[in-house]
Amino acid sequence: MANRQPAPDTPELRERWGNFAFNADYEAKAQKALARYPEGRKKSAVMPLLDLAQRQVGEETDTQGWLPLPVIEYVANYLDMPVIRVLEVATFYFMYNMTPVGKYHVQVCGTTPCMLRGSDDIIAACKKRGMKKGEVSEDGLWTLTEVECMGNCATAPMVQINDDNYEDLTPERLDAVLDALAKGEQPKTGTQEPGRHTSEPSGGPTTLKEMVSENHDYRGEW
Amino acid sequence: MPKVTVDGQEIDAPEGATVLQACELAGKEIPRFCYHERLSIAGNCRMCLVEVKPGPPKPQASCALPATEGQEIRTDTPMVRAAREGVMEFLLINHPLDCPICDQGGECDLQDQSVAYGRGGSRYHENKRAVTEKYMGPLIKTIMTRCIHCTRCVRFSEEIAGVDEIGALYRGEDMQITTYLEQAAAHEMSANVIDLCPVGALTSRPYAYEARPWELKKTLSIDVSDAVGANIRLDSRGREVMRALPRINDDVNEEWISDKARYQVDGLTRRRLDQVWVRAVGGPNAGKLQRASWEDAFDAIVKAAKQGGDGSIAAVAGDLVDCETMFAAKRLLAELGSDKLEGRQTGLDYDCSSLAGIAFNSTLAGIESADAILIVGSQVRHEAPLINVRLRKAAKRGAKIFLIGPEWDTTFACEFLGEDAGLLHDLPGHVADAFKDAARPAIIVGPGGLAANALHPALVLADEWNLVRDIDGEAWNGFNVIHTAAARMGAVMLGYAQKGGIKDVVDAAPAVLLSLGADAVDYGAFEKSLKVYIGHHGDAGAHAADIILPAASYAEKDGTYVNTEGRVQFAEKAVFAPGDAREDWTILRALADAFGVSVGFDSFAQLQSAMIEAVPALGEEGIAPLGKLPKGKKTPKAKGAIAYPIADFYLTNPIARASETMQRCSAELVHGDEILEAAE
Ligand code: SF4
Ligand code: FES
Ligand code: FES
Repeated sequence: MANRQPAPDTPELRERWGNFAFNADYEAKAQKALARYPEGRKKSAVMPLLDLAQRQVGEETDTQGWLPLPVIEYVANYLDMPVIRVLEVATFYFMYNMTPVGKYHVQVCGTTPCMLRGSDDIIAACKKRGMKKGEVSEDGLWTLTEVECMGNCATAPMVQINDDNYEDLTPERLDAVLDALAKGEQPKTGTQEPGRHTSEPSGGPTTLKEMVSENHDYRGEW
Repeated sequence: MPKVTVDGQEIDAPEGATVLQACELAGKEIPRFCYHERLSIAGNCRMCLVEVKPGPPKPQASCALPATEGQEIRTDTPMVRAAREGVMEFLLINHPLDCPICDQGGECDLQDQSVAYGRGGSRYHENKRAVTEKYMGPLIKTIMTRCIHCTRCVRFSEEIAGVDEIGALYRGEDMQITTYLEQAAAHEMSANVIDLCPVGALTSRPYAYEARPWELKKTLSIDVSDAVGANIRLDSRGREVMRALPRINDDVNEEWISDKARYQVDGLTRRRLDQVWVRAVGGPNAGKLQRASWEDAFDAIVKAAKQGGDGSIAAVAGDLVDCETMFAAKRLLAELGSDKLEGRQTGLDYDCSSLAGIAFNSTLAGIESADAILIVGSQVRHEAPLINVRLRKAAKRGAKIFLIGPEWDTTFACEFLGEDAGLLHDLPGHVADAFKDAARPAIIVGPGGLAANALHPALVLADEWNLVRDIDGEAWNGFNVIHTAAARMGAVMLGYAQKGGIKDVVDAAPAVLLSLGADAVDYGAFEKSLKVYIGHHGDAGAHAADIILPAASYAEKDGTYVNTEGRVQFAEKAVFAPGDAREDWTILRALADAFGVSVGFDSFAQLQSAMIEAVPALGEEGIAPLGKLPKGKKTPKAKGAIAYPIADFYLTNPIARASETMQRCSAELVHGDEILEAAE
């Protein structure tokens, strides 16, 4: 499992992030998130706010973003919550990065369905490109994390890179995706299997076939 | 009232009860770790599984399941037994089983329940997880590998203490309990998590590896560190009090005590007065305290008193003394023709003519149900942490709380109106409105308010707002005073209250001043008097004294105490006083002999009956009859900025000041920031 410990509370960390505050753009988004919850229940916005904070940190550092302690304290203050409660949330959910990550956070699913479909090869391919688990690669582009099921088992194996999923991977397809990202291009997201659109059965439907082209009435056939 | 059957026995469960509570009513023991009567329900340990029909055919967590009509509950089936064994086995998977080196051993829920409900062996052969220790301050020692994640400590700090500082970080098998950045838990009730922790994860740091519970003699006592009179148990070994623990008393302290009540006891063995000292007059050591015999000391006292003439003697009671001591001194003084008795050492002179006018009338439990509360000059967290817990409950139930006095860090929603006591005469409209609309209004006057002359103005308001009323046949008196001295109410009942306060005693210029453990008196004002200190610690009072007679602390004598509600409670003697120190009453009895007067008692029992004869209320445990709430006088008016008397919560009395633990708390928790700043 990934290391969830917050990055150490050093003077440098305080120096760099002590003055963190939402910029106008994120402030607006934060207010929008807050508006979703009734008066007296504003704490419920803690998850969206942590996410926004992480994204702003990402923009400021040209990475996916992470949550330094002073930023967590900022969110706690923003919501008037005890900071330990915010830290509990931040350390619980894997979507929050507790230590710096690269520009692209490559999260490879290693749970059974993906593993059976070859996630070991995907991880090996990542490592071959110089990524190490939990570390930022030298060029600052990549951080590799092995995660549990992402809910894309039908199109296993898969990786999640920042906000997008790339599915039906082989080492070659993964390389193509990563190469494109490295060049600053946006590869096609979702399944990488030619001819497949989403998670429909690969090789065409196996049930309800008549429904593919028209609204077929099966009732008489039961 | 839902009717349920528990193991075939039909019972009526109270409305809103859980299955676990229903089982308890039926006399069945349900093992549990996370469930606690005074905390919210977490339902995360799964130890309380029972079988319930109707419902899914699986064991159910009884602590989180409401009892409903017609439920058939079984606690004795093979399924339940297997479920308990299974949960126990899982809990122990990551538990180090280090009972021989664990301080919780002998009083550990995990130990007891695994003996009673476990399967006697584990099938787990993999590596166990280990968790690093977490720093939680000078009082709480942590061995987090033992934690079973019941979250009682987290819920306590959030719900009861109102200071969210403990949390559960990470998840799954990585879950760890800690404070933010391992800062010290810094509130007045923090050590209660030690009692709450069902395993040895949170244990007492000062008491670490000191004793095993079965070696300790347990004595029922009353805490004297504040005027709440928390019920405590003193655990002693030989001549030493090893620790103080709360006893359950829903009317007083529920099941909590403040950190000071718990940890000042190590001060009982330090800086003790254990022999007689007399200040030398003349000679090479003039002005220095010299060891002396009891006879010499008594002779000197008698000589000085005789020189001063009839009745030229006075007594000032300290904050920690019991009623018997005060009564014995009162008797002695009466025989010598004096009634100069005072207990308010620092010069307060509020009106003590009515007990109800200076008591916590709503009762401690009652204040929880108040719906509008005005606090005048009280830093409740420092002056009575246990009342603060009650106020937090009231606020959670929706009470509007207003405060007059400098702002402090409250643990409940409230509004500070300002610092000036004069505000009482000129309250903002919304406050008055809140009180007019309130069903159970209450006023609390604290020591800061008493000093600013707020007692009578508050009584006037009490009259105006009808604080004394009848609510559906139940009497409600919302007028409250918080005292800080455990001796205060008893002292007033025994007449230790001059009209003009201690100034009257100063003006009388007594030849002999008996100081019954009074350490806060300005002794400079008694330059001409022979100051006789009868007390247990070498503190301010002993330094100023001309004669020191070593006496017993609250742990070393039987005694009666009256708390700020007017509740009479009895404490028992746990250990013997050190060295030559004697129980206070015996000293006063011997002094009477030296004076050649008779005080009418030769034993503690006789003293007590004489006291009860004089003040019958002191003979009955429970709230003394306080009388009717007096009408307030319109003048003089309250005025001036309010100041709170307690600067350092941990060092308010001579025992606490002698305690290493309290000193450490003070250094780290009160002055920690200053130390850090100085280091920078
Ligand atoms: S430290 Fe003790 S009280 Fe806190 S969660 Fe762990 S076992 Fe429970
Ligand atoms: S197992 Fe990989 S997405 Fe479900
Ligand atoms: S006591 Fe019921 S789940 Fe813990």
